[in-house]
Amino acid sequence: MAEAVSYTEGELALATGKIKYLEQGSGPPVVVLHHSWGSPGWLPFHDRLAEGHRVIVPDMPGWGGSERPAWARDPRDIAIITTRLLSRLGLVNVKLVGLGFGGYVAAELATMNPSRLAGLVLVGAAGLQPKDDEIMDQMMLSHRKYIEESFRDAETYHDYVGEEPPDDIRQLWDLSREMTARVTWKPYMFNRRLEPLLCDLDVPTLIVWGEKDKVVPFECAKQFEAAIPNTRIEVVEGAGHVVELEQPDQLAALVGST
Amino acid sequence: MFIGHFTERPYQDPKSGYFGATGRSLMDLGMSNASYDPKLGADLYNRYLDERVFAEEMGFDGLMLNEHHSTPFCMGQVMNLEAAILARITSRAKIVLLGNILPIWDDPLFLAEELAEIDMISRGRLVTGWVRGTGRESVAHNAVPPYNWERFQEAHDFIVEAWTKPGPFRWEGEHYQYRYVNPWSRPYQEPHPQIWIPGVMSRNTVAWAAKHRYPYLMLATELQPTLESFQYYDEVAAEEGYEAGTEHRGYLFKVHVDETEELAEEAGRKYVQGPSNPFLEGNQGIVRPFIQNLPGLTQRNNLLPTMRSFAAAASRGRAGQHLKEQKKEAPPPPPKDTYVDQTEKLSIISGTPDTVIPKVRHVLETLRPGTIFFWDGDGAMSHDDQMRSLRLMGSDLIPAVREMADELDLKGPFEVDPAGETETVADELAESSGDVAGEAAD
Repeated sequence: MAEAVSYTEGELALATGKIKYLEQGSGPPVVVLHHSWGSPGWLPFHDRLAEGHRVIVPDMPGWGGSERPAWARDPRDIAIITTRLLSRLGLVNVKLVGLGFGGYVAAELATMNPSRLAGLVLVGAAGLQPKDDEIMDQMMLSHRKYIEESFRDAETYHDYVGEEPPDDIRQLWDLSREMTARVTWKPYMFNRRLEPLLCDLDVPTLIVWGEKDKVVPFECAKQFEAAIPNTRIEVVEGAGHVVELEQPDQLAALVGST
Repeated sequence: MFIGHFTERPYQDPKSGYFGATGRSLMDLGMSNASYDPKLGADLYNRYLDERVFAEEMGFDGLMLNEHHSTPFCMGQVMNLEAAILARITSRAKIVLLGNILPIWDDPLFLAEELAEIDMISRGRLVTGWVRGTGRESVAHNAVPPYNWERFQEAHDFIVEAWTKPGPFRWEGEHYQYRYVNPWSRPYQEPHPQIWIPGVMSRNTVAWAAKHRYPYLMLATELQPTLESFQYYDEVAAEEGYEAGTEHRGYLFKVHVDETEELAEEAGRKYVQGPSNPFLEGNQGIVRPFIQNLPGLTQRNNLLPTMRSFAAAASRGRAGQHLKEQKKEAPPPPPKDTYVDQTEKLSIISGTPDTVIPKVRHVLETLRPGTIFFWDGDGAMSHDDQMRSLRLMGSDLIPAVREMADELDLKGPFEVDPAGETETVADELAESSGDVAGEAAD
């Protein structure tokens, strides 16, 4: 996971706790919400986005360097704090990009604060209960297996993570999984109160799905499409659940086109 | 000294392919119940109940039950049901539940009511014990692991209050809410049954038990880490302003007694065969570390010295961490016959009374517990294996242990009140036993 060096690290003290974020670039703001396993740092995907945008990548509250809201019980709580983060940063006309679980939080946020958003990009987003299939349950897999399943294949996983994940990555996964369990152990990764609230959403929405996503079934993309009025689906070839790692240029271009 | 009997009530199915020395390993939470045979289950439940009745006849003070879920190594999914049956079909022995898994109860008022009924039907013979449960239990009943410890503590507080505070009252807690707490059935014992806390690893739980003056029972852990855990309990007790005694120390260990040394080895080897608890070293079980170490279930840097025991560490998903520690200390020993290895460490004590009694004495001298449970009749052991052992325990081992306990001054929690509220409750116990004996004679 190569990192560029030009980004800056920011920190903001909200009443609910400290939030850390990474930032780079200028232009229309893009906020990227990470997967349930935490933000692995500044990525080539963020670099591509930063070529035309002010890109902000927060550690969601309770993940990474952001303080845990011990009272939080639901991704909706995380969305509420995140909308306050946008407010405190003075961000308007935001393109909000949510990856996996981050897509779940982004969708929740969009239902409660659409006027701040210029666009919503849900990438392999959780949040809706699949009608037929199931969202892969990370709690019943080892960290390593779950992350491996997030890639299109084992070879790509090894290319990124190596034969054995480094200690800091393992620690990130470990802490992230605890926070994930605190807010979405049950029901796992969906909220039956989300879909009814998406119906009036007046935000241009792009639904991106990796062609080989094994974590969140593609039917969820169709369900988001059916629920949100102004939306379309893009399927990215050669990507699994972690489209931002496997096809960063293509995903950045899609975000740019939204 | 309080002497109890325990078995996990394994689901022994010779047709299953995982029963016996050559069977395949059990993968924790990795087997379907499709092959479960309820007719065999009926035989086994009744067999285990019959053995408990016989254990009481052989002089045991307590009949211990435990609870696990979605696994063949323990049939006690609803141990309160077994306890309720024992409450009616036994007459003297305490019924010791070690323990109800508090965090998986979404409605602990039901638990308070069930336990109170068991206490009444048994006329005050219930000893209640509460645990946090393993990852298996959190998964099986879908209790959120990061809130396990909070739910344990709140459920405890709630049940004790439901038992002792005249209702109706309201409970608006973090995890439990009731608008009308007024259980009509209250426990037979005043103020409530004794609460014992079993465990193996959590330093939090040891400290919590010590703060409440609840006896703490180490479950089949190796001697030295067990002793260190008891010493930690003593330290916390001292900080709390009291001196912990033998009445606060309990120990469960595997003891089988047989007619000949040959029979004892044959039966003793069955501990590590068949559907035995995969937590335990050498058994035919494979734990899945990430399930036993679910997110937030146990806090970091909160481990007891039991970490040095490979069995406990591996079972809790910290095999890698344990191996790192082991490398620092000494190179790993060459593989051994696991049965022989465990008998050398006294993790299994199996023999004739002549060979078992000195080993049990060593355990008592080392740990100084006021409560012990002999874990027998497990793994692939048959009913006959268990009955031979129970007879010899009754005729030889239990009398010998009582003598040792007197000599070593090992007093149990029904001789010295662990709560420290009365100097002794032995008289009360004797009186209560007399009542029950009188009724039985009628």
